[in-house]
Amino acid sequence: MSVYDKIFPPTKMELSNGKTVFKPASRLPLVALIVLLFTALSVKITGFDLGVLKERGHQFFVILGMMIPPAFSYSSQVWEPLFDTLKMSLLGTVVGAVTVIPFAMAASTNVIRNPILVGVVRLFLSIVRTLPTLVTALIATYVFGLGTLAGTTAIGVFTFAYMGKILYEEIETVDMGAFEAMEAIGATKVRAFVSAIIPQVLPSYISNGLFCFEGNVRYAAILGYVGAGGLGLILNEKLGWREYPSVGMILIMLFVTVFLIETVSRYCRKKLV
Amino acid sequence: MNKQIEKAYADRPKNTVYQITVSVIVLACILWSGSAVEISKGGFSGLQIAGNILNGILHPEPKLLFNLTIQGVPYLLLETVCIAFLGTLVGSVLAIPLSFLSASNLMPGPIAFIGRLIIMAIRTIPAFVYGLMFIRVSGPGAFTGLLTMSVCSIGMVSKMYIEAIEDLDTRILESLDACGCNTLQKIRYGILPQLIPNFASTVIYRFDINLRDATVLGLVGAGGIGAPLIFAMNAYRWNEAGSILVGLVILVLLVEYISTKIRVKLARG
Repeated sequence: MSVYDKIFPPTKMELSNGKTVFKPASRLPLVALIVLLFTALSVKITGFDLGVLKERGHQFFVILGMMIPPAFSYSSQVWEPLFDTLKMSLLGTVVGAVTVIPFAMAASTNVIRNPILVGVVRLFLSIVRTLPTLVTALIATYVFGLGTLAGTTAIGVFTFAYMGKILYEEIETVDMGAFEAMEAIGATKVRAFVSAIIPQVLPSYISNGLFCFEGNVRYAAILGYVGAGGLGLILNEKLGWREYPSVGMILIMLFVTVFLIETVSRYCRKKLV
Repeated sequence: MNKQIEKAYADRPKNTVYQITVSVIVLACILWSGSAVEISKGGFSGLQIAGNILNGILHPEPKLLFNLTIQGVPYLLLETVCIAFLGTLVGSVLAIPLSFLSASNLMPGPIAFIGRLIIMAIRTIPAFVYGLMFIRVSGPGAFTGLLTMSVCSIGMVSKMYIEAIEDLDTRILESLDACGCNTLQKIRYGILPQLIPNFASTVIYRFDINLRDATVLGLVGAGGIGAPLIFAMNAYRWNEAGSILVGLVILVLLVEYISTKIRVKLARG
């Protein structure tokens, strides 16, 4: 019985067959109170004001309006950064997703029996996951110089962290029979992992990788803002010069690309699972 | 016995051509993407910079970390949490009508398709473009950050809402019908209990992501911890950047721990 149940005792109900059941008091008031208090605090700190939104909301559409019609003549200059973005996200996803496999193996409690090692690897994965992609990209531009390599690194790190968590959760739910059988006939842990666990997690691993790739294309378009190559570079430039029709063209081409990739990857993921 | 196994193994379905084609396509794509990597700097100076960064992050500035005024890390973190919280809340409310419109089991095909296209378009526009648009509305500051965050949340949140709506178990509604419930009761006892845990879990998950992505807002001056962090990094003040990063990492880890607990509880009921 939790503390909450002690303060607000559950209601007692008598059924027609003479048995009594307890209906615990609803948690809703407590949750609502916490959310309301936090909302009030947030409104105060952020200066949320519906009046401003009502009065000046139309300003939001000014830039959007200036993007229409998009400058179709500009499209010839978009292709190269667009392909750069695609390359960055593809290579980053592949590198990140492949390098994470040993880490995910070390972070699964059913493969590694040593709780300290599992804990350390999981903490490492968590910390990498908390690093904002933009910060990773910025650091990468200092280390590797401006350009696509920095963006690739940032995307690789992000994919590494994201896939790591999903992969070890997936590994923990597999059927361990085959793994134990292989260990029993004398296979090493790595060998047993490759032959017994990887075939089980492979479909969902590839499916998650594709999903991650979809998101990474979008992310890669932002990274150029800090000089890490790709679409963001020209997007930032055109925004700075207020050439909104060109910005509109870039966004439309990005949209079409993302749409195509999502359609293909959704088809592949349906076939996989 | 062994012969049978061998025979079954020899007769296993083979689709070598298909497998080879797929591998060749995938390999070609990866090789093609490799051409994007160009090393313009790097080598020794890159390593040195990496060392400096690591050193700065490992030696955060305690003065900034425990400074309780408006410039200090604790206040900036609080502001970031507030932006992410309210932004997620507004975004998740905005996403509800959109996701009901694009659920293919409720709406006719064309409408659902258009709804999905709109959601995808909202997702495609990068955060800093929204930031610039909203700055015209509310000026630089936390309010702009909040609005940007809410629009950026719509995409993913509504995508997951749609999945929850499409997974609705309609047999429950039939049994409620059989009990003689009216529409309102069917919604209250048949639909809401199925949707609310899923929706709440999505919103909490998105709050996690928003907290992590709040640095993007700093690029356009939309409040939160992003701007000081990026300024510090651009000025090579790694100790300062380190103290902000340490604060952010600890905060995100803490929030993630709590939110995972809540989401597990929601999923298991």
